[in-house]
Amino acid sequence: MTLSAEAFRFVADLVRRESAIVLEQGKEYLVDSRLRSLAQAAGDADVNAYVDRLRRPEGARETAKVVEAMTTNETSWFRDREPFQALSGTIFQELMQRPNHSRTIRIWSAACSSGQEAYTIAMLAAEHVVPLGWRVEIVATDLAQSMVDRTREGRYSQLEVGRGMPAPMLVKYFQREGTGWRVNDQLRSMVRVQTLNLAAPYPPMPVFDVVFLRNVLIYFDAATKKQVLGRVRQVLDPQGYLFLGGAETTLGLDDSWDRTMIGRFTVNRPKGAGAAAPATGTAPLAGLAGLGARRAI
Amino acid sequence: MRALVVDDSRAMRMMIGRLLQQAGFEILQAGDGQEALDVLGGLEPHELPTLCTVDWNMPVMDGLTFVQSTRQRPEWRNLTLMMVTTESEGHQVVRALAAGAHEYLIKPFTAEAMADKLDILGLDPSRSAA
Ligand SMILES: C[S@@+](CC[C@H](N)C(=O)[O-])C[C@H]1O[C@@H](n2cnc3c(N)ncnc32)[C@H](O)[C@@H]1O
Ligand SMILES: [Mg+2]
Repeated sequence: MTLSAEAFRFVADLVRRESAIVLEQGKEYLVDSRLRSLAQAAGDADVNAYVDRLRRPEGARETAKVVEAMTTNETSWFRDREPFQALSGTIFQELMQRPNHSRTIRIWSAACSSGQEAYTIAMLAAEHVVPLGWRVEIVATDLAQSMVDRTREGRYSQLEVGRGMPAPMLVKYFQREGTGWRVNDQLRSMVRVQTLNLAAPYPPMPVFDVVFLRNVLIYFDAATKKQVLGRVRQVLDPQGYLFLGGAETTLGLDDSWDRTMIGRFTVNRPKGAGAAAPATGTAPLAGLAGLGARRAI
Repeated sequence: MRALVVDDSRAMRMMIGRLLQQAGFEILQAGDGQEALDVLGGLEPHELPTLCTVDWNMPVMDGLTFVQSTRQRPEWRNLTLMMVTTESEGHQVVRALAAGAHEYLIKPFTAEAMADKLDILGLDPSRSAA
């Protein structure tokens, strides 16, 4: 460990200011290891020297890179499964029973990382919504430009598609490209991708029926979590659904939400939205039905 | 739950067998497709495996032919078939699924990747217990 306490504090302040991500004391090793390649690229001897550079006026050019380096982009297809079962098995049907002249469902993947969440939603939409004559518009956003670019590209390595993707979905919605795979045009046309900082005022956005805000609140302090939940509620339909990550909750932060169980998954809805349609219980992940895959138990 | 591991490489059978054993399966083995058909043919209905992992390239009878053969036997319709192979071309994956395979795992693979496939197939005992 070579990072000075001062340098750590400087980086932690910078990252918090720009992204609201909290780097607590004890995360020195993380900063050191994540900034090492940036230091190298800038020709600095070590991370301390690189942080000195950041302090000088020219350092401003490096800010976005530093913030990106400190984001955690861990993700997978059908992550945790139950949320996507709730979406395809219950929520899509409920939304399509409502009067809706444009027959359009709008969904926001609000910290999309490399796009697995957004394209998982797109696959389920292609299976369960599009065939019924409805459209699904997905907006995928992330703070990190590199993640936004990756989502837009829709290219994944063999290792990445190996994480959670059922083979029948892979062959249906992806094309082999070199040693990896690329999402097909149908799915890509359903997803609009842009950069967005959840911790700053949002640009004009449509009203969403469903917001995926998964595995991102965990990086923020309580005040920021509250603020983000409040902003998200502004762009969520009063009858809409908010999906959080397994370690995240509105409880104790913002009491304008109700929690409803759909199968084994807890979904948040603005207070007064009413109970969700009856859960489908232990039905297989509906996206896999009719594709040859099944739950064998 | 039982699993039949079909692969012409003994080392590979051991490796897959160990992973599946850790996941709670009792392991049967076969060194090629014909041997696998013979193993299945010798079992009572209640003794049949839940899962078959199937290598593609094997002598005597390859994995694709084995998959096609099992799909023609109604008494084996509940078998879950997972190709585990070095064949990594997209069109090969498509062929295997069209022949009746349910999942496809490309070699080499990690223990996590295998666990992930079991989860996708609903064969992860830790989950199905809930
Ligand atoms: C762990 S990933 C979650 C990906 C996906 N939602 C999932 O659950 O698999 C967290 C993502 O949040 C993004 N992120 C962190 N702070 C952010 C902020 N202030 N605004 C928008 N995105 C942010 C990171 O760039 C990263 O891609
Ligand atoms: Mg072989």
